[in-house]
Amino acid sequence: MPSLFTPLKPVAPTLRTVLAVACFALFFLGWGVATYGGFVKPLFLASPGDTLVAGVALFREFGFAEDIAVTVWRVFAGFAMAAAVAVPLGILMGAFKPVEAFFEGFVSFARYLPASAFIPLLILWAGVGEFQKILVIFIGSVFQLIIMVAVIVAGIRTDLVEAAYTLGAKRKGVVLRVLLPASAPQIFEALRLVLGWAWTYVIVAELVGASRGIGHMIIDAQRFLDTGQMIFGIFVIGLIGLITDFLFQAVNARLFPWARSR
Amino acid sequence: MSKLSIRGVEKTFPARRGTAATRALEPTSLEVADNDFITILGPSGCGKSTLLRVVAGLETPSGGEVLLDGQGVAGPGPDRGMVFQSYTLFPWLSVRDNVCFGLRERGMARAEQLAIADRFLAQVGLKGFENHFPAQLSGGMQQRTALARALANDPKILLLDEPFGALDHQTRELMQELLLGIWEADRKTVLFVTHDIDEAIFMASRVVVMSARPGRIKCDIAIDLPHPRSYKIKTTPAFAAYKERLTEEIRVETIKTLSMEA
Ligand SMILES: Nc1ncnc2c1ncn2[C@@H]1O[C@H](COP(=O)(O)OP(=O)(O)OP(=O)(O)O)[C@@H](O)[C@H]1O
Ligand SMILES: [Mg+2]
Repeated sequence: MPSLFTPLKPVAPTLRTVLAVACFALFFLGWGVATYGGFVKPLFLASPGDTLVAGVALFREFGFAEDIAVTVWRVFAGFAMAAAVAVPLGILMGAFKPVEAFFEGFVSFARYLPASAFIPLLILWAGVGEFQKILVIFIGSVFQLIIMVAVIVAGIRTDLVEAAYTLGAKRKGVVLRVLLPASAPQIFEALRLVLGWAWTYVIVAELVGASRGIGHMIIDAQRFLDTGQMIFGIFVIGLIGLITDFLFQAVNARLFPWARSR
Repeated sequence: MSKLSIRGVEKTFPARRGTAATRALEPTSLEVADNDFITILGPSGCGKSTLLRVVAGLETPSGGEVLLDGQGVAGPGPDRGMVFQSYTLFPWLSVRDNVCFGLRERGMARAEQLAIADRFLAQVGLKGFENHFPAQLSGGMQQRTALARALANDPKILLLDEPFGALDHQTRELMQELLLGIWEADRKTVLFVTHDIDEAIFMASRVVVMSARPGRIKCDIAIDLPHPRSYKIKTTPAFAAYKERLTEEIRVETIKTLSMEA
């Protein structure tokens, strides 16, 4: 038994799954005990069963599927815009020190501006439509992503770059055929992390001036003190996050098999 | 005219915060004739790598110049192929594509690239491993691939910085025979850095001994052993005589290095 806890020692896949499921089971058990056992009033926390009933009602009567679609679309649109700007800029910053010197200070400053604080301003500029929601996500993700990509690219092994030069590569070849492929798996990983943060921004954006979306549904549910609906909405977000995470990891393993076999 | 002229090359690494400036190389001159196989021998830290990196164009000398075929060297280029002590294969490329890298940078047609790559991979005994990724290879196989990658580019001179340094003794001896066989076949000019005396004598047409840091050339000994050489030559009296002399030269320098560090 103690050998299971040898540092960095991997566990068997089945045990891994069992342990992961056990954690969820424990969570639901605790929740069930707290609610069915009468330790918490239903007004503050719905029971698992009530939450499920509320969820079914959400889909049946309130068109929750559409809310989910709207929110997912907002996240991916804002995130795609952020990635389209941040990945090329981050690569340029990592590769070329003058570009880094120019942007780094400003981006580091902008990174600490909370996206949610921009919401009132953005409503003033862009109204309460889709574009405003997408902008919140864009602002929340783009600066983080730029810095992460720049750090990843700057950290690529210099001996690989030197080897490329002695093989006749020029600047362009080094950026496109050494720095880019060498950093691609880590950039992909950074995208996965930042996508997680984008989800928190979208909900905040939907709490203000939205007529659809998961965040809007949660605020609506709060007015009727329907904790079942609120909790169900939060769970759906977690579930979507879990699914995208799995997808990212699967695509990563597929695209960059060389990075795994180490 | 010499193939390669190293004229009064010196190198001082500037002081950084917390460290004084390091004088790595005293003015050093060396003439390398076409088809020479020169091994550079010296104690650790005496500036062997620095000298080789200056020739490769990866380091700018603080003084002096390097001429290849009478042309001044200003930066790294495909006319000087290099194999590094660390493993510098591109991990995202297959063995074959690693060997094609320089050819591709040159804009060679793919079919031609493949023909050349397969020829050199066969020469270093890696037929059948073309589609492996570097992480799937042993250290010796990685360095053979790196050698094939450098040779495929057909450089005017081959620079080798302790390429077999991390390999076990047996593999190392086989690699020496392999490299010597390749050299005996087409007599490419080689500059080979090592701190292994046997290795230095076995392959060289000339052994250059460097002094303790700051390095300079202490002596330059022609090795008059017949070609083709087999590993059996290492037990001949002529070989032993060279070894005795070089051991003495190196020992003095190593003692100096140690007392300097004490
Ligand atoms: N980039 C650098 N900045 C500062 N000092 C350096 C740098 N590179 C090398 N040096 C110093 O220059 C000296 C010579 O280094 P070099 O790597 O050329 O030695 P070497 O003969 O190749 O040693 P080894 O056999 O251990 O590889 C060393 O004292 C080293 O600390
Ligand atoms: Mg060295």
